[in-house]
Amino acid sequence: MSTLAEEIKKPKTINSADRPNANALEHEAIYIIREVAAQFEKPVLLFSGGKDSITLVRLAQKAFWPAKIPFPLMHIDTGHNFPETIEFRDKLVEELGVELIVRNVQDSIDQGKVVEETGKYASRNMLQTTTLLDAIEEFKFDACIGGARRDEEKARAKERIFSVRDDFGQWDEKNQRPELFDMLNGQIEMGQNVRVFPISNWTELDVWSYIQKENIEIPSIYFAHKRNTFLRDGLIWSAEDGVVFRAEDEKVEERIVRFRTVGDMSCTAAVESHADTIDKVVSEIRESKISERGARIDDKRSEAAMEKRKQQGYF
Amino acid sequence: MEVLKIATAGSVDDGKSTLIGRLLYDTKSLTDDKLEAIERTSKQKGYDYLDFSLATDGLVAEREQGITIDVAHIYFSTATKSYIIADTPGHVEYTRNMVTGASTSQAAIILIDARKGVIEQTNRHFFINNLLRVKDVIVAINKMDLVGFSEDAYNDIKADFEELMGKRDYQDQKITFIPVSALKGDNVVNRSQNMDWYKGQTLLEHLEELDLQDIYNVGTPRFPVQYVIRPKTEEFHDFRGFAGKVYGGELSVGDEVVVLPSMTRSKIKAIYFYDTEYQTAPRRSSVTITLEDEVNVSRGDMLVKVGDLPIIDKQLTATVSWMDSNQLTIGGKYVLQHGVNKALAKVDAIEHKIHPDYSGIEENVSSLNMNDIAKVRLKLNKPIFYDRFKEHRTNGSFILIDSRTNHTAGVGFIE
Repeated sequence: MSTLAEEIKKPKTINSADRPNANALEHEAIYIIREVAAQFEKPVLLFSGGKDSITLVRLAQKAFWPAKIPFPLMHIDTGHNFPETIEFRDKLVEELGVELIVRNVQDSIDQGKVVEETGKYASRNMLQTTTLLDAIEEFKFDACIGGARRDEEKARAKERIFSVRDDFGQWDEKNQRPELFDMLNGQIEMGQNVRVFPISNWTELDVWSYIQKENIEIPSIYFAHKRNTFLRDGLIWSAEDGVVFRAEDEKVEERIVRFRTVGDMSCTAAVESHADTIDKVVSEIRESKISERGARIDDKRSEAAMEKRKQQGYF
Repeated sequence: MEVLKIATAGSVDDGKSTLIGRLLYDTKSLTDDKLEAIERTSKQKGYDYLDFSLATDGLVAEREQGITIDVAHIYFSTATKSYIIADTPGHVEYTRNMVTGASTSQAAIILIDARKGVIEQTNRHFFINNLLRVKDVIVAINKMDLVGFSEDAYNDIKADFEELMGKRDYQDQKITFIPVSALKGDNVVNRSQNMDWYKGQTLLEHLEELDLQDIYNVGTPRFPVQYVIRPKTEEFHDFRGFAGKVYGGELSVGDEVVVLPSMTRSKIKAIYFYDTEYQTAPRRSSVTITLEDEVNVSRGDMLVKVGDLPIIDKQLTATVSWMDSNQLTIGGKYVLQHGVNKALAKVDAIEHKIHPDYSGIEENVSSLNMNDIAKVRLKLNKPIFYDRFKEHRTNGSFILIDSRTNHTAGVGFIE
């Protein structure tokens, strides 16, 4: 498997093939990423270490080759990430030679800006928003590129490709700018910023197929592995690292699992799976009957969970 | 896999969300957890059927009011195609969303309630899809179950609609009529057991066979430069690549090109997609092009083939669809964004307002309100390089940005 960095260092090959592939979604995403670099002064790519943001990094590489990606990556670290993800992140950034900015939710807690949730369903997922908004202000970022997709969730299905946020990071869903043809309007006022979603039109399967085709390296937790877990509300939770609250009557069992999404550990459930290669993962997704966000407890809080978080500035 | 983008249009209660929900359900695209949520909520509301509209109406306000207020995107795929449906609302006040949905779609579904037939809204929906030159229009006559699956009812509506078709500007638009019941599932994915008299395809069968080649493949390549790539590394010391997307035709290595607006001539030296060189850049590919000569090129410039120049002018007339709550007025100034190029524009005149129900025009108009469509003359501070919308969908359209609010206030289709 070739890493991103090896790819970029590889001398250009003269391809006898007549023309590039016809993956319309890939060409669209590259167009969008180039618009960001051209229209904004201080863009940043929000990098979580998950497959969607890894895909974004590959697309950004393609957009600017043979130049380096002309903006930094930023990770809002909840402190509850899977250790595999952090390891992967650091390796990737080193290979790419791009700047990585890390801002920690723990700092926001220590500064008293947010209060840690308690109880059975405690998660730092909501707290990320404050840390993110502070970081945007600190670095004066005017565009944040993210890996959100419209197929993930109903409120996201309404999101624009260039989504304007006000000084408070808020999303005004009833007053969104129309997006016509390929034209992206990135004009904003001081203090506003734009969230940009280049893979808006991709589905989960599109992302996985792309990772497969491009032979992109991803963190190991996406593949089937043995893990100490426990069951709650029909979902499988990691009993390792002590991040997820576990009641005494919730019995730890070893299962063969993988993760379909790599969010904060406290809100990302695993699925039982034997898919230990990318090919097996792609076939599994193809046949899957539970949508990706079905394994994210933060959306189950209420029908309107995502919309409410977005209004408050959540990604 | 090929991607087909479809826009939907219908009035409130025509059953648009139900139709989309039905498409998802019958193609087995709804996942268990989503299906479960629909079943749970339908039961809570006391329905004796599944309310598929719950699959698409995403915003809280929409669920409260039971209407769709913004464009939602829905994804599903079959063995042959990936589909993206832009679910656009049908109320008068949200025409701008319909224009938006149609601007990125190759096909449109217009819904008609079989009990109501062709109404003013239908005229508007058809007009907009015709104005935007959407290649394929499917007229889905819905709620056939409520008119006893009557062939006469279907034929009456079809005849009314055909009357509208005579008035359309874009006569080559392909129009197909399908009688459906989204609620009961007739002729959406599965063939109806209740309408033996209908011999045509179901909605999905029809979509599966649509040709994705768009009609603007007229061999007129336009390459608006988005970004100049200068790596400044040892290995690529002198590399100056022009990044952009190819529209309207294709470009190949060796093609003689003109750079606009400088009118400098050169030849395409290489075409890159990522780190690989290719002979040809097809339509809609995001590539990087290098030229044989050292030419000054920056964002907003355009590469075209020698002998194939677009119109280069500081004035233009366009059909404008106004989308902002602030009026467009004569003398008003806007930022005109044409692809990735920008100019300042001043409204020189409003020639006339067009009634989007094909009922005629209104002259002596001094301003435009949201949802108005009008023929407008603009003066620009510098020449832009455009084609007529009829000949080039991308290079013949622009948006107007209000610099006070930065909103996208309108869209124009150049005459």
